[in-house]
Amino acid sequence: MTQQFWPLGLIPLLPLGGVLFALFGGRRGGRRAVNVVAPGVVGLAFAVSVWSLARLVSLPAGGALRFAAWRWIAAGPFHVEMALRFDALTAIMCLVVTGVGALIHVYSVGYMGHDEDYARFFTYMNLFTASMLILVLADNLVVMFVGWEGVGLCSYLLIAFWYTNPEYAYNGRKAFIVNRVGDAGFLLGIFTIVYALARGGVWTVTFAGMSHQAALLQPYATAAALLLFLGATGKSAQIPLYVWLPDAMVGPTPVSALIHAATMVTAGVYMVTRLGFLFTLAPAALTVVAVVGAVTAFFAATIAMVQTDIKRVLAYSTISQIGYMMLGAGVGAFSAGIFHLMTHAFFKALLFLCAGAIIHELDGEQEMGRMGGLRGSMPITWLTMLTAALAISGIPPFAGYFSKDQILEATFASGHPTLWLIGVITAGLTAFYIFRLIILTFYGESRVEPSKAAHLHDAPAVMTVPLIVLALLSVGGGWVGLPRGFLWGEAFNRFLAPVVIPPGAELATPGSGLALVMIAIPIVGVAAAVVCYAQMPGLPVLVAYKARLLDSLLRHKYYVDELYNAVIARPLFWVAAYVLHRGVDGAVIDGLVNGTGLTLLEGGEELRRTESGNVQHYALLYLCGALGIGAYYLYRVVIR
Amino acid sequence: MSFALTILVFVPLLGAGALMLLPDDDEVVWRSAFIFSLVPLALSLYLLVAFEPGRADYQFVEHYAWIPQFGISYHLGIDGISLFLVILTTVLITLSLLYSGGGDIAMRAREFCFLVLVLETGLLGALLALDLILFYVFWEVMLVPMYFLIGIWGHGRKLYATFKFVLFTMFGSLLMLVAMLYLAAAAHARLDNLTFDLPALYRVPLSATEARWLFAGFAIAFAIKVPVWPVHTWLPDAHTEAPTAGSVILAGIMLKMGTYGFLRFAIPLFPVVAVEAAPWFLALAVVGIIYGALVAMVQPDLKRLIAYSSVSHLGFVMLGIFALDPTGVDGAVYQMLNHGLSTGALFLLVGMLYLRRHTREIADFGGLWKSIPVYAAIFMFIMLSSIGLPGLNGFVGEFLVLLGTFLKFRLAVYFAVIGVILGALYMMWAYERVMWGPITHAVNATLADLTAREIAVMVPLIALILFMGLYPRPLLRRIEPSVAGVINRVDAAVAMQAEAQAPVPLARRPAPSRMLARQ
Repeated sequence: MTQQFWPLGLIPLLPLGGVLFALFGGRRGGRRAVNVVAPGVVGLAFAVSVWSLARLVSLPAGGALRFAAWRWIAAGPFHVEMALRFDALTAIMCLVVTGVGALIHVYSVGYMGHDEDYARFFTYMNLFTASMLILVLADNLVVMFVGWEGVGLCSYLLIAFWYTNPEYAYNGRKAFIVNRVGDAGFLLGIFTIVYALARGGVWTVTFAGMSHQAALLQPYATAAALLLFLGATGKSAQIPLYVWLPDAMVGPTPVSALIHAATMVTAGVYMVTRLGFLFTLAPAALTVVAVVGAVTAFFAATIAMVQTDIKRVLAYSTISQIGYMMLGAGVGAFSAGIFHLMTHAFFKALLFLCAGAIIHELDGEQEMGRMGGLRGSMPITWLTMLTAALAISGIPPFAGYFSKDQILEATFASGHPTLWLIGVITAGLTAFYIFRLIILTFYGESRVEPSKAAHLHDAPAVMTVPLIVLALLSVGGGWVGLPRGFLWGEAFNRFLAPVVIPPGAELATPGSGLALVMIAIPIVGVAAAVVCYAQMPGLPVLVAYKARLLDSLLRHKYYVDELYNAVIARPLFWVAAYVLHRGVDGAVIDGLVNGTGLTLLEGGEELRRTESGNVQHYALLYLCGALGIGAYYLYRVVIR
Repeated sequence: MSFALTILVFVPLLGAGALMLLPDDDEVVWRSAFIFSLVPLALSLYLLVAFEPGRADYQFVEHYAWIPQFGISYHLGIDGISLFLVILTTVLITLSLLYSGGGDIAMRAREFCFLVLVLETGLLGALLALDLILFYVFWEVMLVPMYFLIGIWGHGRKLYATFKFVLFTMFGSLLMLVAMLYLAAAAHARLDNLTFDLPALYRVPLSATEARWLFAGFAIAFAIKVPVWPVHTWLPDAHTEAPTAGSVILAGIMLKMGTYGFLRFAIPLFPVVAVEAAPWFLALAVVGIIYGALVAMVQPDLKRLIAYSSVSHLGFVMLGIFALDPTGVDGAVYQMLNHGLSTGALFLLVGMLYLRRHTREIADFGGLWKSIPVYAAIFMFIMLSSIGLPGLNGFVGEFLVLLGTFLKFRLAVYFAVIGVILGALYMMWAYERVMWGPITHAVNATLADLTAREIAVMVPLIALILFMGLYPRPLLRRIEPSVAGVINRVDAAVAMQAEAQAPVPLARRPAPSRMLARQ
């Protein structure tokens, strides 16, 4: 049952209003006005989302709210409406985006308190929030693509926020271009779906409409799903298109928290889940999703173990965690993937904001080698970040445990023991690298530069309150998805079930003996980190020396950036500059043209030397000559 | 019978004549020229209001005998395909004049305005003419003022550029003229009706070979104008060396004469050949998309980069046209308008920069956002339109073109999307080098941001870009029926030909006995 509900339009329009205010009134209205309006509109959008949720739960299960604004594109039989749709899946995404988003906006008020470009910053942040909301609220694929490219644009603008640094500017563009590769896949995916449906005379791109056309979609499902998944690997930073995310860390840290951890990068997972009806028609594509997810999770975690820049550790951690979500979706456990998406949004936003608090306090220092011992001077940051670390490690009863556990159990139950094993090992690596980070920053001797060490303290309340709220969510956020049999067991899955589980499929199987393994492994990881970095600091150095090759491979991130540059970027530039521009355009085509036209041109140049006006006469003569020839032909043909 | 179209076409010419009577004061000349250009703008908007959507045929038709001995008539009409191109023309001419008076054209203002207004008559006439000879006259009339605009007010190797431009175009025009004459002669011989009237010529019976040769005559002329790879090399020279207003009109409107010509003349006149030739044109379009983007990427000159980007963008238009699918052709017509707006705006922006720094070398800039943020922000917006960001105009056209092509020729689209990626790459790379990074040349720190006049030039373009991105319905609704008319014509011709060629199955033949019975 679908009910019309116009306030849905307010959810993206409120942040868009914030964009206009910050853009045109930001300078005039002053810092204080922007500081109120920018977080305020996101907060209001959160309130409207809650209102919509209240309306949604009053409908029978499987219901949705809808708001069609106007008929957008229509050409030939193809037509798309600018329409929004709010069902259980959208509800969760909306609450996460606006809820976590509002907290990060509040935090940013403190973080950007000294930056004179605050108006531009909040313009981009609000625009990002609006785009992300359009993405999750979209009623059809094309409107989704509006949000999809919109978040890519904002990411580009925010990574390059401090644009005077050429490296930052480059990283911003890199993010956009890599995402565009994915977007091209997304576009082709849309076209494939339209093509498949059009063969049966059906013209629709709405999610509701497409999901009833399994028979028509079936022959093209694998192609469409794989193309769309290419788009997902771009936005969600999965192999092979993950390379932009680590470089995105040069943006202001609240950006990393909002865009590159909590929201935009989850868009791919959301898209795969939203199109679950299509992916389940293509088991091969679904397997690709699962394998890419698991491999990315492992691969990124290994890199995270050796990074020394605190934000880069978190960046690779994000890639790795999104790998888990993809794994969940790939084995058909869509709601488990979304569950992890939500808990991850809490604890990863928290990790980044805590890192931001430290970086802010240390005047932009991001190297963990120049941190250490911050526990005493920044107790709130320490406690909240520790909470987040426990949550991401998957230690019960923190939020991450429940969601990661669900994904791994579903993986095992779906008959992918290898992927399960990769996931479990990665869970150990996760606990290891995150506690390595905690120990290097908060414990041990202080390695902070003496000039900065004197005045260290926690951030002001405008920044710590969001930390505390997110810490509470990182603890309790997972309890909505308790395993079956406990209290309100699987409430989260039951809420999502009508939307994401294709009819006929079963909910994920309940826990088994494997659950013990999944509790034990993270604890081993934490212990290993404690041994290596607190007890025997010489050990990691020794290991790195003994396994020099591996260490270098990891430090250079498997040389993937170098590979892409050597295989794609540089040859492309070389071909464009030397083969096409100088060769084909310059030598071949113009060579031919100048060969035939040379005499005329030289005649022109000669005339120019004697009297400049004659060049024009010459052209007129030429024109008259042409008309003369034309007249002659006319005469010949007609009169005969 | 209304005279709206005749007035529209010749009012600019009247204005050009009136300029000659004005006192010798540049400021008066600029103001008057701007005001003269507002008249056709207002008339074209009147046409938009009075135009009946949902009709595929020509409206506001005027049809008189002109040179009846040769079957040449004065036949004007407007339909959904030409309507918005006409408005684009009047808008861009007005903005070009407004901009050029702000310092871009420093000498011979009167001659400059005169030529621009004459050019407007040529452009509007070519878009509205429905008689082949009338079209040809306007087509050639366009060429002369543009020749002088580049030759007199241009930069650098302007003479080389003008000659290349004229030579390429004339070569094509002559072939087209021959084809026109042959076609009229065939009408005379086979229908006993000597005529150059476009609708009448649809009915001329032609052999397959004849149709192929005639199609080639038209197609080469239009392909050069578009320009289709590999006959594009006149474009970067002409666009780069032209004065700003010249580049705006050249890229914004004149290139569309090529694509418009395909839709108005080449395809409807020779539909069967068009279908045969479609795969070849699609291939050339895809090559143009990728090739143009790659070559644009490596240009050190900002204006030349934008010039090459036209090769890529017009490739998308050609792709949509030769998909011969209603969705694709709608998108192609829309994309013509988009390219006119965004590339026109980009040339204006480069002109503003040149006016301040007297250089267009990308390496001479860097960090401009710091010194001229309003300029940089507007440039960003136009760039996003150009790379087809959803929500802005470029996306609607690009999406429809690619979708329509996909429905007919999937393979072409798999290659064409590479252009979507490269399009973002070359624009953003250039943007990054010009606007971002540190200020490397001290003079760039002291540049003045946009003047009120320059902002006034850009605001209408920004508004149109937003409107066309968010609410394309009013345009598509008027474009669609006329496009459907062209497609139906093609489909019908192909079906008829298939019927004529197919061996009649035995079962359908009338049985001999019945034939006897009937006798």
